[in-house]
Amino acid sequence: MSVPWQGILKKIDDYRWEIPTSYKAGMAVPGLIFASEAMLTHILEENAFQQVANVAFLPGIVGHSLAMPDIHWGYGFPIGGVAATRIKDGVVSPGGVGFDINCGVRLVRTNLTEGEVRPKIGQLVNELFLRIPSGVGSEGKIRVSEKELSEVMVRGSRWAVEKGYGDAGDVIVTEESGAMRGANPDKVSAKAKKRGIPQLGTLGSGNHFLEVQVVDELYDRDAAKAMGIDDLGQVLVLIHTGSRGFGHQVCTDYVELLGQAVKKYTISLPDRQLACAPVNSPEGEDYLAAMACAANYAWTNRQCILHWVRESFAKVFGKSQQELGMRQIYDVAHNIAKIEEYTVNGGKERLCVHRKGATRAFPAAHPDVPAVYRSLGQPVLIPGDMGRFSYVAVGTEVAMKETFGSTCHGAGRLQSRSAAKRSLRGSDVARALAERGIIVKAESMASLAEEASEAYKDVSEVVEVTHNAGISRRVARARPMGVVKG
Amino acid sequence: MAKRKDFEILNHTADVGIIAYGADMSQAFANAARGLFSLITELDDVKEVLHRDAELTATDEESLLVEWLNELIYQFDTEGIIFKRFDIIQLDNTRLKARGYGEKVDKSRHKIKMGVKAATYHMLKVDKGKGGRVQVLFDI
Repeated sequence: MSVPWQGILKKIDDYRWEIPTSYKAGMAVPGLIFASEAMLTHILEENAFQQVANVAFLPGIVGHSLAMPDIHWGYGFPIGGVAATRIKDGVVSPGGVGFDINCGVRLVRTNLTEGEVRPKIGQLVNELFLRIPSGVGSEGKIRVSEKELSEVMVRGSRWAVEKGYGDAGDVIVTEESGAMRGANPDKVSAKAKKRGIPQLGTLGSGNHFLEVQVVDELYDRDAAKAMGIDDLGQVLVLIHTGSRGFGHQVCTDYVELLGQAVKKYTISLPDRQLACAPVNSPEGEDYLAAMACAANYAWTNRQCILHWVRESFAKVFGKSQQELGMRQIYDVAHNIAKIEEYTVNGGKERLCVHRKGATRAFPAAHPDVPAVYRSLGQPVLIPGDMGRFSYVAVGTEVAMKETFGSTCHGAGRLQSRSAAKRSLRGSDVARALAERGIIVKAESMASLAEEASEAYKDVSEVVEVTHNAGISRRVARARPMGVVKG
Repeated sequence: MAKRKDFEILNHTADVGIIAYGADMSQAFANAARGLFSLITELDDVKEVLHRDAELTATDEESLLVEWLNELIYQFDTEGIIFKRFDIIQLDNTRLKARGYGEKVDKSRHKIKMGVKAATYHMLKVDKGKGGRVQVLFDI
């Protein structure tokens, strides 16, 4: 039987599909898609092969232009794309990070069980909704001066902890300890700062959410235990947001600036949204310094929101935070560029790893994994859609060898937002979820329809691919019981 | 000839785009900007009570369009201004002068349908044949 991708892809094994450089003239390296055979038709239909191939044009790209199984069509880079470039002669591309710089997720454990939370879930969701600003144009309760914003840009989560939002233990279990080095506020425009000041401490809109979840499957009890996930029925909280208008403006500014750099350094690209500059150039260095500011803003944002999540639980359950045991498990970025060291052709080399809709997945013993998880591997947090599951996994050696320490970041969209809205009404989506015991509160009912399960791939299939391919290992699964959406 | 639409919504898995038409490029630009704000709210609910001017220079018309739309997104994000009508005062290959009319968001009258992060260069088209036609994709 003929299949649509025949003659395009070379099958490596059941989960690895190569796009040879012959696919498109100009590809410097082949593409490699992690997917099941069943997923390929959709990936082909929406032209995402083309985007994986376009990323392979980037000067200095190493290994493969990679796509995780949650890949979908983005702008420039595909969502679910990973690309590593050499520092010495490679480029950095703001499009390889995206507009929502350091969009990411933070997972928190509790001592509560589903039985304890169920009777109060409506009250809890309302309390979270009231306490944490969400929606388009939402403004935070925190008002920072421009000077304080500069501290946020440089010191990230630590700034928030010193202001009383959360505790020092949270910072230890945050990627980059919540503050990426190299941040320079002078490289951030006045416009980005103006967008950023009122939006600190807000969830935003679109696919961002807060979820109260119940652990419903444990694949590796020892690893789960080390993370504070002790048993089935335990309640967790997941926070998904990013750098808000601050990051959007940083990306907007640097796509323009690096668009000029493309001409200056005579780089040939198949898509203008892939605008880039040599990593070792003033333009490239400036972008990385500004991007780090936005990444640190995002970690601060999630740190402040975590504090209000804890306050909400304390109020609704009438218990101290200690009694509630609300310890942060981990916080990961899924839109970011990092300078990391890998073995390339037998030698160690520092690379600029772009993860756009992909999660870092470092293995056990890696020095960047916090001591508490070093024997285990870095926790990987994979949110699904609001009607299905989220997963906790850990990073692996295979990821270090094949994907520059990266794995998937979520379910990946299947349907356009308008198609979802045409076929579903927000109120019906909320009712259907309520019938299944999932209480949803959203600033905009329209956004509920856009974010319905039907609009997404099944995250379980995505995680099955990354688990079976070995680029991350499943630890636990949770299902939602309460959701706050922007 | 039947009057054709000013703009159409372009569907994309994660994002959304606009294809805008006009008798000339100025009109197509103005319609693209209206298309952007029609994604954010119902423009029939928006009054013309204030205006803002924009003046931009760029290397080509594609960049002018993206930079102008991003300027409008910035004004929405920082000042809450929804624009419903635009006058293009000057448009050539490298220079745009425009005035937008609208009002600030009033949540009691304006239902916000979605947030727009930025206009992108992906699938961007500025087509001068037969009047004006432009295509732009937004990250939402």
